[in-house]
Amino acid sequence: MSTTEHSEHSEYMDSDTGKMGMWLFLFTELFLFGGLFIVYAVMRSKYGEDFHHAAMELNAFIGATNTVVLLVSSMTVAMSLTAIQKKQKNLAIGLIFFTILLAGVFLMNKYFEYGHKFALHLYPGSDVMRNLPHGEIMFFGLYFLMTGLHLFHVVVGGILLTIIMLKIKSGRINEEHFLLHENGALYWHLVDLIWIFLFPLLYLIT
Amino acid sequence: MNNQTTTAPLNYLNHKTGLWSWLSSTDHKRIGLLYFYCIVTFFLSAAVLGLLMKIEKVAPGETIMSAQTYNAMFTLHGVIMIFIVVIPGLAAVFGNIMLPIMIGAKDVAFPKLNLFSFYLFLGGACIALYSQFAHGHSPDTGWTFYVPYSAEASSNVVIALVAAFTLGFASILTGLNFIVTIHTMRAPGMTWFRMPLFPWSLYATAWIQLLATPVVGITLLMVIAERTLHVGFFDPKLGGDPVLYQHLFWIYSHPAVYVMILPAMGVVTEIFPTFSQKPVFGYVPIVFSSLAIALVGYFVWGHHMFTSGMSYESRWFFSLLTFLVAIPSAIKVFNWLSTMYGGSVDLQPPLLYAISFIFLFTIGGFTGLTLGSVATDIQVHNTDFVVAHFHYIIFGGMGFGFFAGIHYWFPKIYGRMYHIRWANIGWGIIFTGFNLLYFPMFIMGIQGMPRRYFDYDPKFQLGQTISTIGAIILFAGLITMISNLIYHSRRGAIAPANPWHGVTLEWQIPSPPPHENFDEIPVITREPYVFDNPYTK
Repeated sequence: MSTTEHSEHSEYMDSDTGKMGMWLFLFTELFLFGGLFIVYAVMRSKYGEDFHHAAMELNAFIGATNTVVLLVSSMTVAMSLTAIQKKQKNLAIGLIFFTILLAGVFLMNKYFEYGHKFALHLYPGSDVMRNLPHGEIMFFGLYFLMTGLHLFHVVVGGILLTIIMLKIKSGRINEEHFLLHENGALYWHLVDLIWIFLFPLLYLIT
Repeated sequence: MNNQTTTAPLNYLNHKTGLWSWLSSTDHKRIGLLYFYCIVTFFLSAAVLGLLMKIEKVAPGETIMSAQTYNAMFTLHGVIMIFIVVIPGLAAVFGNIMLPIMIGAKDVAFPKLNLFSFYLFLGGACIALYSQFAHGHSPDTGWTFYVPYSAEASSNVVIALVAAFTLGFASILTGLNFIVTIHTMRAPGMTWFRMPLFPWSLYATAWIQLLATPVVGITLLMVIAERTLHVGFFDPKLGGDPVLYQHLFWIYSHPAVYVMILPAMGVVTEIFPTFSQKPVFGYVPIVFSSLAIALVGYFVWGHHMFTSGMSYESRWFFSLLTFLVAIPSAIKVFNWLSTMYGGSVDLQPPLLYAISFIFLFTIGGFTGLTLGSVATDIQVHNTDFVVAHFHYIIFGGMGFGFFAGIHYWFPKIYGRMYHIRWANIGWGIIFTGFNLLYFPMFIMGIQGMPRRYFDYDPKFQLGQTISTIGAIILFAGLITMISNLIYHSRRGAIAPANPWHGVTLEWQIPSPPPHENFDEIPVITREPYVFDNPYTK
């Protein structure tokens, strides 16, 4: 018994413990977005027509591209984890680098998308927005807040993946100790998952 | 502490010294004490604010402060008491110090995360203070931050919102840590139903912290977005809905009430068997009533909005659910009383606080039913009746639970004993002051005294004056209690390992506990409350 207890205090945490902590954290993330989804549901039922019109302004092509980008990145991060478990260090690094690259593509697309909205003065508080029907104001407010919060998660996830890549390089993540890698991948799947809900709710309801 | 190092073996208080060894410690007991000192400091400062508000009300009209100052004071009093003292209070202090020991572990599952939560908490507390002294007005929205006022007020609302958000995040991480700890780190042989009841109450609490706090987090972010970006979700001028804010806010903040009260129930559940020397009555019902309170408490938020526009059906529904919460709470009260029945009751300070907890909590609970039924709620909504009700629950419940806990575990935490008679006197003064302060507010509330007013109709003069006198007595009692504890934490008589003849694990190790709690992890072979072990003889 004392030996297993001792391992709790060693450098590497028991992986079940660590994974459970991560899953619980992901629950809280879902509830965080849940608040916004409630507001979406309320506003959508109140202003269905306006939401329909406002959603036409969104670029479904960029949205769809980003969906594909995130889905593929979710696959590559999972492949990277398998590679580490199979002791293929270089492949793991390559795959996680590709994942980070895809995160970059996502951010770039978002930059163009937001840039376009700002060029049209479609942002909360602008004069153009003020004169729109109420439902459209709500829609764009939700659009910016939901995708903005998601964007923040993409950035955090990207940083986390970079740390994981560096740790694989230095050998601190290896075929025996890959808890951080696993947790990072779980987090990235969450980022993906939330987007899968945001995409149809915001882009495809036209 | 210095004279102790030469005689006593090393313990968690003295195995390392220096300020840095405390500030950077990942030891759950030291982190718990850090929380304790912060929370007591904040509690006293917010209590002073409360006292000042009561002095303002000693006579009608402006006596010592203006209306705006009064508004800022009840806001700060509420924000500090709710977000910094009461919500984290018991879980962060006694949960941290006692949970790992009571389940036979050397620490929590994530010690570094635990330290990180503490600094988040401290950061949030500092931001809350900053909101008072930063350029501009102190926030004056009340701790509930209701829109549209909170979206429009010119005071430092954003800073206060950021503070509440940060404190919420700290609370989430503590809850997460406790759930994982309880799941993975119980001593061998400690099955779920061999776990003591304080850890059980922390477990129920932690789930609420984990699942409800994010909702208020995003809600506060939305109010920040409302103020800074004018998104308008809660602004009717732009198509938003202020009542939506109230729903989102109370989806968290009502369960948060159970974050406050459940650990206090857990503390007194430890105290009754020990001071009756009798197994707790109805272990399993207590466990399930904790879980039931956590579960049902999640679905009663609507009762805060009976008067703000809600359909007949939803009022009916939320009222029914609110009444349901009374059932598991009452189960606990019956269990505590039955635990004492036929036991050899030893009326020590912890038990005095625990018994008065039942008394005050029951008054608070019954008046809660008055507020939970729609018809009477509409009569007393937004009056002093509500203020009296939640002070009976929060202060009489969580506060007295906290005082019971500190008097119970003090000898374990410091290895010293406080002065029993002074503790009893302190209890008497606090209990008297408390009832003088809050009971008249029930009556004035029914007579129509609105809450949050700095002035009042002269017909309330008598009640208000009694209430102010009660506040002064209560404050004197707090000082008596705290000075007794502070003085004896260093100079009290050396406490034995098990002064109260308790049977849970924390009493089986030295006082104060050694750095790693147990030399050898105990193997648990039976239920937690069996009073025939060799330590009690």
